[in-house]
Amino acid sequence: MNERSPATAITGATAITGAPGAPGAPPPAAAADRVDLKALLADSNVTEVLDELDAELTGLKPVKARIRDIAALLLVERARKQVGLVGGSPSLHMSFTGNPGTGKTTVAMRMAQILHRLGYVRKGHLVAVTRDDLVGQYIGHTAPKTKEVLKKAMGGVLFIDEAYYLYRPENERDYGQEAIEILLQVMENQRDDLVVILAGYADRMETFFRSNPGLSSRIAHHLDFPDYLPEELEGIAERMLEGMQYRLSPSAAAALHQYIPLRMKQPHFANARSIRNALDRARLRQANRLFAQKGPPLGRDALMTIEGEDLRASRVFE
Amino acid sequence: MKITQGTFSFLPDLTDAEIRAQIDYALAQGWAIGIEYTDDPHPRNFYWEMWGNPMFDLRDAAGAMTEVSACRKAHPQTYIRVNAFDAALGFETTRLSFIVNRPAIEPGFLLKRHEVGGRQIQYTIESYAAQAPEGQRYT
Repeated sequence: MNERSPATAITGATAITGAPGAPGAPPPAAAADRVDLKALLADSNVTEVLDELDAELTGLKPVKARIRDIAALLLVERARKQVGLVGGSPSLHMSFTGNPGTGKTTVAMRMAQILHRLGYVRKGHLVAVTRDDLVGQYIGHTAPKTKEVLKKAMGGVLFIDEAYYLYRPENERDYGQEAIEILLQVMENQRDDLVVILAGYADRMETFFRSNPGLSSRIAHHLDFPDYLPEELEGIAERMLEGMQYRLSPSAAAALHQYIPLRMKQPHFANARSIRNALDRARLRQANRLFAQKGPPLGRDALMTIEGEDLRASRVFE
Repeated sequence: MKITQGTFSFLPDLTDAEIRAQIDYALAQGWAIGIEYTDDPHPRNFYWEMWGNPMFDLRDAAGAMTEVSACRKAHPQTYIRVNAFDAALGFETTRLSFIVNRPAIEPGFLLKRHEVGGRQIQYTIESYAAQAPEGQRYT
């Protein structure tokens, strides 16, 4: 599998990292001078999470590739520690940018798991917050609020959704700046204790970073979430239906195939979220249809199947 | 005289790593962590000053440790203790309480004997440190 390639690449690097005659200070006597990266990889169970990520999330190629890179980096870092090479722990604060519904929150949750398996964060929980959780309403309210959230997130990942709302240039007395300063301090000084992920729409995040260069420079990984292709959205729809124990009749599958490109052209298209909403509305119509029809008692099949008409009733087809 | 109050007080002072491990244990039990300080070491002084609010919903000891070090920085010459509260009974019960900071010099207590009716004696103790006004002790 070519998706496994980063893992294989690490195994290939064993010879370099583990070379006994490496220049620099001799490693402490207690440290081993050879590391088996394969064993480390197996030990961390991280491949499972990565494979799960591949299997459960459709599309997002660049994001997945980047996550594999990060996993490889952390494994090598662990191996370096075992042979006694010291070099401060890498900074793993990230920013996730992308249009609505591209899976930023979902990936952030996975990221917490991956970082936990790799031993980079101690507990591996995700604390998702927005501006309201960080910024107070009056003077002196912001700092304790932000600090409390940071304390809760320690040992895990702090996910700040729509991070650009933290900074409001139009109001110079806005308390968001104070929250950013506290955030910066902790991001810099307590790197071992938590990982901060900032998420938001690409264009607004860019303005946000431009006006807060300190923040931008402390974030090593900028991950851009691409929009989904129509085929990918179809796959996502199928997976969602599977999760809700529904299925599409052939006519409904054809309707969905037409629906997606039409919906994509409409305003306020929010990728997977729009698809979820469309499916929810189809369920509504299915329920209505089942109620309206008179006939024999309904079987399991009828309760599960979404017909073409349930989808075609959508406004998009007008 | 080393004051012995709370858990572990007959042991040598806990190191930061040991404090962290104890807090991690408390968090694993689902207990909340509160930090308190005082400069009145009398054993019957239950009401210590709170250092901020008790911390609920923590997952890792790092958050509590930052508060411990902040409190030490602000009040280096006082007693600081970490309390762990269990809410299982419907109200916050102290399940664990241990001292994490003490003044460099602890002068100890004066034992006072009061002669009352006949040959009877009532004993009471008074901290030498607490003879100075609040805020001027252990300086």
